[in-house]
Amino acid sequence: MTALRSVRSRLDSIQWETAGLPVALVALFIFFAVQAPNFAETSNFSNVARQVAVLGLIATAQTVVILTAGIDLSVGSTVALASVLTATGLRDGNPLLGIALALGAGLLVGLVNGLIIGYTAVTPFIVTLGMLSIVSGTALTLTNGDPIFQLPDSWFFQLGIGFVGPVPVPVIVSAVVFVLFYLLITRTKFGTYVYAVGGNQQAAQLAGIPVARVKLSVYLLSGLTAALGGVILTARVRSGQPLLGQGLELESVAAVVIGGTSLFGGRGRLVGTIYGVLLVGIVRNGLDLLGVSTFIQRIVIGAATIGAVLLTVLREGGRKH
Amino acid sequence: MTEPAAVRVSGVSKRYPGVQALDGVDVEVLPGEVHVLLGENGAGKSTLVKVLSGAVQPDAGTIRIAGETVVLPNPHAAQQAGISTVHQELSLVPDLTAAQNIFLGRELLRPGTPLLSRGEMEREARKLMASLKLNIDPSTPVRRLSLAVRQVVEIVGALAQNPRVLILDEPTSSLSEQETEELFDRIRQIRAEGVGVIYISHRLEEIERIADRVTVMRDGRVVEAGLPATTPLAALVRLMVGRDVSEEFPARDATIGEALLTVEGLTVPGVVDDVSFTLRSGEVIGIFGLVGAGRTELLRGLYGLDKADGRAQVNGRQIVPNGSPRRSLDAKLALVPEDRHAWGLVLPMSIRENICLSALNECTSHGALLPSRLEALAQRFMQAMRVKAPDTRVPVGNLSGGNQQKVVIARALAAGSDVILLDEPTRGVDIGAKIEIYQLIAQLAAEGKAVLVVSSDLPEVLGLSDRVLVMRQGRINGEFPKEDATPEALLRAALPVEGAVA
Repeated sequence: MTALRSVRSRLDSIQWETAGLPVALVALFIFFAVQAPNFAETSNFSNVARQVAVLGLIATAQTVVILTAGIDLSVGSTVALASVLTATGLRDGNPLLGIALALGAGLLVGLVNGLIIGYTAVTPFIVTLGMLSIVSGTALTLTNGDPIFQLPDSWFFQLGIGFVGPVPVPVIVSAVVFVLFYLLITRTKFGTYVYAVGGNQQAAQLAGIPVARVKLSVYLLSGLTAALGGVILTARVRSGQPLLGQGLELESVAAVVIGGTSLFGGRGRLVGTIYGVLLVGIVRNGLDLLGVSTFIQRIVIGAATIGAVLLTVLREGGRKH
Repeated sequence: MTEPAAVRVSGVSKRYPGVQALDGVDVEVLPGEVHVLLGENGAGKSTLVKVLSGAVQPDAGTIRIAGETVVLPNPHAAQQAGISTVHQELSLVPDLTAAQNIFLGRELLRPGTPLLSRGEMEREARKLMASLKLNIDPSTPVRRLSLAVRQVVEIVGALAQNPRVLILDEPTSSLSEQETEELFDRIRQIRAEGVGVIYISHRLEEIERIADRVTVMRDGRVVEAGLPATTPLAALVRLMVGRDVSEEFPARDATIGEALLTVEGLTVPGVVDDVSFTLRSGEVIGIFGLVGAGRTELLRGLYGLDKADGRAQVNGRQIVPNGSPRRSLDAKLALVPEDRHAWGLVLPMSIRENICLSALNECTSHGALLPSRLEALAQRFMQAMRVKAPDTRVPVGNLSGGNQQKVVIARALAAGSDVILLDEPTRGVDIGAKIEIYQLIAQLAAEGKAVLVVSSDLPEVLGLSDRVLVMRQGRINGEFPKEDATPEALLRAALPVEGAVA
């Protein structure tokens, strides 16, 4: 009895904030492990990890953008543009040129987003929605809407399909990027500025923080990261796809909010986003293995997004009225 | 029982995690009286207001209105029961007209249709406003009205519901002296109509001007209920604070030294016009004036938040023209803004992060933040400012108003400033914290720093300053050394020419 009580009190003392999502993940994991054949196998784990690596990459940068009370809806089309440009370089036998073009394009998208958002009063939603369309249109125009196939063999494809030991290369790339972002946000002045700009832009300005430059920087980072995601996806699908990455903008926002970051800015944690990404990945993979259609999966993920945020809101005791 | 109380609160308690916000509170407000609720921040006044306005449910106790026990599960029920509240933060919708705001939630419709009857609402609004001697066009968007007029519009809206009890929470905190007097005239009128008015204010000197009775709260309890308004202020303060508060304004003996801030012809188009002055080491200058005289705009222009022309230098470094907050901070000039929630604090962040926000360069080594240095800096200024909190990691949003204000000042000091601009530093701050802020200002001057205080509070300006500048319509309309600064002289210089009544 006393043991039970002490477990109970320990459970009560755990902060739902930090423990809720991991608990949900473990519960899902056990559920699928029992229900779905092959779910709890090493090969499947690396499969899940590979599937979510690019989402994780993009959601990481999206978290930082959202922490400044912004949003980047252009990441999906940036993936597509990066894919097309990478493939162009590959076709000419020069993968490094392709990568450079792709990353440069990502920076350019981020520069346009960041300059307008940082130095004018146009809201991030409008600016990046416009860029979503502009960038997507550019990718389609460059290829006349056709994918670029029949790329010559290259070391490049290892970026998408390779392994280091048991770990897929995309997972390693995402992990490295995540660690860099984590250090940037938690260990540098810039990270504090990001939270301050999102938490109270006026107070940040008054405190002498270069608000416009902070905003410009986060969109540059987001553009660059999205382009890197495009490069990796291109290596995985062995072609340049002008429609690659469609929907990643919303999926990344979903992962960020499932991870507990507030769309109003100033509140949230990068680690939460990892949980959000894993949750999306595990649900997808588990439902795949159970033979549930991708159409139904969309419904489940949408419900999970609303549910996760609803839990956060209810926990804080906040109701609209 | 010839005349039951307009509202009687009996044994009301409310507990929040870790705090007994209200502990068996008994208060009674009679019809036709202005009843002042007095207490420091955290004494329970706002919780009591929330209970009475239906925003918070008490754990125990009863509320009777005109003798009838009522339950107030939500704000609407409170209004139905006859309690109207005008909150400290104005709750008008800026883009709706005065009439629309007055009838918000109770819109008048054309009979038999779901369509709004604008004409009817505007006629009614005009009548209601006229009864409070407010002559504005009811179709004016609230955005275009001055703060003082907005306040009255809000009161008109509250009165439109024919309440038995009207709660006014710090209604004068953003009003000038003259506007306050006008508001008091209107409150007296409301009182004459038999409404019971609950009045909350931090300005003690308002008690003898407006109150009939005073109830003092401390630590969630009523210390003394229904004291006559003639009770000496010193006695009231002792009841509020629970100890003797000797000297409100600390003695000053700073030696005034060389010029730290020189301002020449500072102009912010449309609001500040050709302002020049010099602020010296060890000196405290007060800037007095009515709301709208351009005082806040002067500080913002000086600090680089708004574009300003003219010239200003700190320690010989130019900050105007082409100023920016960063540039001012680098020149060792800091601003503590008037509105600490909108401009002063990042509420989701901790005390530590807020204090260090302008001084992160000093806490960084090779690009990496050093938590130990952050902690040391935050500790130092948290202690210097006597911020009351268990540690530096507490979110600043959890602190009381006075402690939040101390954090904003701590941030300005942590930036290493020699010149501190304080805009209404004690607004909405309880008496204990207020005195601490006064002591701090004296101490800063004694350390050889220079302080500029903008305040609408006459005793504060008089008590703190070595010199007072009075602003009127964007210009400096008088400079008074301490010995010449009398309330009459300052008011005369501050009031518009045609209304020079003081």
